[in-house]
Amino acid sequence: MKFFALIWRNMARKKVRTTLTIGSYAVALFLFGLLATIQTAFNQGVDVAGADRLVTRNKISLIMPLPVAYKERMLQLPGVKEVTYASWFGGKYQDDKNFFPQFAIDTDTWLRVYPEFKVPPAQWSAFLADREGCVIGQATAAKYGFKIGDRVPIIATIFGGVWEFNVDGIYTGHRQEDDVTQFWFHGAYLEERRQWGKGMVGWYVIRVKDPDRAIYVSKAIDDRFANSSWETKTETESAFASGFVKQMGNIKLLILVIGTVVFFTLLLVTGNTMAMAVRERTGELAVLKTIGFRNGTVLWLVLAESLGYAIQGGVIGLAAVKLYTLRGDPTGGMLPLFYLSAGKMALGLAVTLALGAAAGIIPAWLAMRLRIVEALRRV
Amino acid sequence: MVRIDGNGGGTSLIRVRNLDKAYVRGGQAVHVLRGLNLDVEEGEFVAFMGPSGSGKTTLLNLLGGLDLPSSGSITVAGDEITALSAAKLTAWRARHVGFIFQMYNLMPVLTAFQNVELPLLLTRLSKAERRAHAEAALELVGLKDRIGHYPRELSGGQEQRVAIARAIVADPTFLLCDEPTGDLDRASADEVMDLLHRLCADYGKTILLVTHDPRAAERARTLLHLEKGALVEAVKKHEA
Repeated sequence: MKFFALIWRNMARKKVRTTLTIGSYAVALFLFGLLATIQTAFNQGVDVAGADRLVTRNKISLIMPLPVAYKERMLQLPGVKEVTYASWFGGKYQDDKNFFPQFAIDTDTWLRVYPEFKVPPAQWSAFLADREGCVIGQATAAKYGFKIGDRVPIIATIFGGVWEFNVDGIYTGHRQEDDVTQFWFHGAYLEERRQWGKGMVGWYVIRVKDPDRAIYVSKAIDDRFANSSWETKTETESAFASGFVKQMGNIKLLILVIGTVVFFTLLLVTGNTMAMAVRERTGELAVLKTIGFRNGTVLWLVLAESLGYAIQGGVIGLAAVKLYTLRGDPTGGMLPLFYLSAGKMALGLAVTLALGAAAGIIPAWLAMRLRIVEALRRV
Repeated sequence: MVRIDGNGGGTSLIRVRNLDKAYVRGGQAVHVLRGLNLDVEEGEFVAFMGPSGSGKTTLLNLLGGLDLPSSGSITVAGDEITALSAAKLTAWRARHVGFIFQMYNLMPVLTAFQNVELPLLLTRLSKAERRAHAEAALELVGLKDRIGHYPRELSGGQEQRVAIARAIVADPTFLLCDEPTGDLDRASADEVMDLLHRLCADYGKTILLVTHDPRAAERARTLLHLEKGALVEAVKKHEA
């Protein structure tokens, strides 16, 4: 702390350069935070996937349905604890921009398979008793201002017409990363109103008794329906979610490449800045060494300055991206879990410190190795 | 007492024996100092004069532990500094030597007070103690009222006085001054020399001064001439 004034004053001596350097860190860390948030959002399904859950879909494609009769046949298989199903409704609320996922669910089993979702018992009972009822995630309810008792019209893009639902409940999640943007309504109501596809569901979610035997259960399910008109593909919920993400390309690799390029460029820029700063101050560093500053102290002074730029820029960038993500999903529903976790922020700060140290270490080393007599001659 | 014949007694604060310094330039050895002997007792004020390239600054650098001789020894207050490791030499410099440069070499981003406080940051003094010491040093050089001023807000003479305050603030064993008046006008140069003289006369500081300025050299108690790397004469003078 004794040297704080010296470090701080040195950082402030070239205000434009300091501002640009800190700005570079801030922009890079903002980008880092944004990419990390996007990756988290894309991976939300993978991250929250239950270890004891399997997803069974049509072997041909996710958009192809499966018979509702499969439920009972799956329950007969050893290792299967619970089976539920859902169908994609694909509706919109008032406008194309107002997207949130609507599922027609098996109300008898849904919450037993997804225990992480919480609905007040009275609301759930009201929902079960109301054929046109729906339960909405708290994020979607908050976004559109839905309240219990509201009547919500949904334009059905797949099944046609405008379907009206009564808001009977609002669900929450146990964890921050749980998806609280969904809209659930009775699978029986869909079955009753739709003109085609009757007797079919979108996919099944199976809860197994022993997660260690999930792979054998998934094989047993697929074997059970092999050579039928509706063959299945069963995988762990995590693999299913991961495959869903991969349909959009290798997001993780893309983010990694962008992040690496940005940080490498930042390293070159800030490394050059620190090298310039040390070169300009050769005489001053020599004077410090002359009056008794040890080599290690000089090294630390330069390194601390480099870290100072990094920390300031990093904190600004991460704070900015945190504020940005607090506004929620900017895509109108494509990335419902759009938030920057504390862990990712800590990682961002660690990356910032590593970059600051890397940018400063060579100039700091050169400052430490400076020969006083030669440096003073240049003053 | 100052002697250059190598026969100084054991009371010398600074004892230099058979000092050689050579550099290699373009593949050739250039001898800057040759077999130099010097004894300086505590409280002396010694000026070194000589033509450019005579080795004045090299001698000062060696006496201040900034450079190492090719051969020979330098002993200061019983410590043979030519035998110290680099780290120990740094610590020794902080404790024993106050440097005053021709171009002042103040930190432009620090105030007069912060510049003077710099050597004290290497000590275990508390913040309050550091403040007291730095203020006392600035008061001694007559600049207590400029404590919060930056170097750019001071005249050349004032900057050099701040540099002197920085040099004396940790109460070093001796001061090394390399052309301290070389960049000053006559009046400022006289002020600086008055100050150095007072430090020697009133506070018993040992001062070694390199200068081209005969008027500055006149203020020293002893004037030594360096020619081609050797001390050729010692003139004992009346106290100015």
